[in-house]
Amino acid sequence: MTNFKHADDKKQKNLMISFYKSFKSFSASLPVLIGIVLLLGLFRVNVSPQWISSVFRGNFLRDVLIGSVFGSISAGNPITSYIIGAELLKEGVSLFAVTAFLVAWVTVGIIQLPAEAAILGKKFALGRNLISFFLAIFVSLATVTVLMMIG
Amino acid sequence: MGLYFLGFVILLYLFIFCFDFENAYNSLKASGEILIKLIPILVLVVFLMGLLNYFLKPKAISKYLGKSSGIRGWILAVSAGIISHGPIYAWYPLLKELRKQGMRQGLAAVFLYNRAIKIPLLPMMTFYFGAAFTVLLLVFTVIASLIEGKIIEMLEG
Repeated sequence: MTNFKHADDKKQKNLMISFYKSFKSFSASLPVLIGIVLLLGLFRVNVSPQWISSVFRGNFLRDVLIGSVFGSISAGNPITSYIIGAELLKEGVSLFAVTAFLVAWVTVGIIQLPAEAAILGKKFALGRNLISFFLAIFVSLATVTVLMMIG
Repeated sequence: MGLYFLGFVILLYLFIFCFDFENAYNSLKASGEILIKLIPILVLVVFLMGLLNYFLKPKAISKYLGKSSGIRGWILAVSAGIISHGPIYAWYPLLKELRKQGMRQGLAAVFLYNRAIKIPLLPMMTFYFGAAFTVLLLVFTVIASLIEGKIIEMLEG
């Protein structure tokens, strides 16, 4: 009987230690995460959908690249990107550019880059974001091309 | 490094406060709103990290997510990325912990990329862009995530 209680106590103690360790490990990342949130606040207030729309010119290839660039520097709820994307389509921007914009929005994070580099390493963060930038163009080309073929 | 970065951002705010008080104030308010929504996710992440530390030993993580985990590891990373909730940066600490315990770099990239697929938002995407577009985007996103994972692994050496 005493052995079971002792084992239970030990398990509980180990569990508490695990949670404490995870909190400590997480706390090390808090300053950089708070910095990112502050930057996101600035972004939300200063970058409007209208401003983003105004940047697309009408040149197909350049617009796809612009789409990926703007998606990369944008951040926030993906729903915002859908709303902006729909507006861009209404204004005649190609679906290729809009798709690259949507994908880059969620896969590339320039604003989050400092946090990603600090927590997961500079090499990983830079590599992942750079590859994702180009993959946004690939995903856009693949998706829209197949859509046009079946459509 | 994190503290330096936070210090820099605070200085930036102070600078903006001097020239455009309203802008800085609104930005701070917006940040506050983001932070409030973020807290539940962060609590979840810390909780998951705690469970991870308690239940999963490095041997298990190595088996499912390590160098010899094979296809199982990729499937796990894709699924976890799709299921995971909240902003991308909330998950960095958990990934760091998993990496320390033996997860492959490539799988971290696969997880992060598949966070692009957000199941609760699929109806909204369908509303704006159509079902065919949404399905195709989903498929190519998963494919792209695996390509990225492979490239990251190759670069890792």
